[in-house]
Amino acid sequence: MKLRRSLLYVPGNMPGMLQNIPVFEADGVMIDLEDAVPLQEKDAARLLSRNFLRFYQNRNKEMFVRINPLDTPYAAADLREILPALPDGIRLPKADNPEIVERLDTLLTEQEEKLNLEIGHFKIIPSIESAQGVLNCVETAKASNRIVALAFGAEDYTASMEIDRTKTGEELFSARTRVVWAAKAAGVQVIDTIFSDVNDMDALRAETTLVKRLGFTGKSLVNPRQIEVVHDVFRPTPEEIENAVEVMEAIKRAREMGTGVISLRGKMVDAPVVTRAARTLRAAVAFGMIEYTLSDEVIHGEK
Amino acid sequence: MHIRRKASSGTMQSSDLMVTVEPSDLLQIEIESTVKKQFEHLIRAQITATLEHLGVTTGRIQISDRGALDYAIAARIETAIRRASEE
Repeated sequence: MKLRRSLLYVPGNMPGMLQNIPVFEADGVMIDLEDAVPLQEKDAARLLSRNFLRFYQNRNKEMFVRINPLDTPYAAADLREILPALPDGIRLPKADNPEIVERLDTLLTEQEEKLNLEIGHFKIIPSIESAQGVLNCVETAKASNRIVALAFGAEDYTASMEIDRTKTGEELFSARTRVVWAAKAAGVQVIDTIFSDVNDMDALRAETTLVKRLGFTGKSLVNPRQIEVVHDVFRPTPEEIENAVEVMEAIKRAREMGTGVISLRGKMVDAPVVTRAARTLRAAVAFGMIEYTLSDEVIHGEK
Repeated sequence: MHIRRKASSGTMQSSDLMVTVEPSDLLQIEIESTVKKQFEHLIRAQITATLEHLGVTTGRIQISDRGALDYAIAARIETAIRRASEE
């Protein structure tokens, strides 16, 4: 599975920002044609982003484009101009229900046929960013095979709830939890909302730590300076890795003794503990922190 | 495409450019750039290629460049021309 810890928004109408994309160390970039672009510049942003995607041939990260919502007059032109320049996928704003995602899926299929691409080439990250969207996200997450992740958008969500967004985020707790449930049940990744105060790295770290605990696998970012903090939080700690290795050794001993459960420093190690340890080790390997070969036999036992 | 009216695109930010196009019987290209000395010939080549690609043969094209790369020059010109040629 691809790492998507950090998805950085870059305004689609600013050449000075676009051409820095190759040096940003985010896992992915989302070129924004929606909120970062005023109405009278939609046409300009579209062509600039299209040309940039064509120019940026040797890509070192995933490239998504946030188009305008499908119910606006801009979305069709966004897709028509952008898709031939081959982004990896579309970040779909206002994915309030599964039908909206299904509509985008159909439009993408049409373009893939036209461009002679494999069906399913373009991925979708639906943004869950309203009360309606949160209520429907369990179905939305399963609306298309193209979905690689659900994204939560707190700015629009709090607007739809007629509440203020705080730095500690208590008001987002239920919505975030539901979006995570929906994503996990559908077997896709789940990306948390942006954190807009680019000078408050402590609060960004606290929020990222919280959402990691809830189950989020990544975060949307508004500034490249936020990348490092987010990567740091999502990286397993040396203690977590050490513990995971010990769990694996313990369960190996247990399996040799013909059992599926064993005690490690007074704590029970059984199947769910092993599954979590395996996830930590996979992440550590993905981050290049350790070399480790996981065997299914050790994780699940011999059949 | 045909330039029917005056139109602009772009910004004066670094790495961007402002393009203004207007109807004319001839093809006139005027370039002002922060890197004119070294790169005027390359900027002109990019402008000419973009105009050719869009099928524009006449018009007054004014460029105020702030060190834009080719992809941005092409995008801003295409935007201005499309805006100028709308029915």
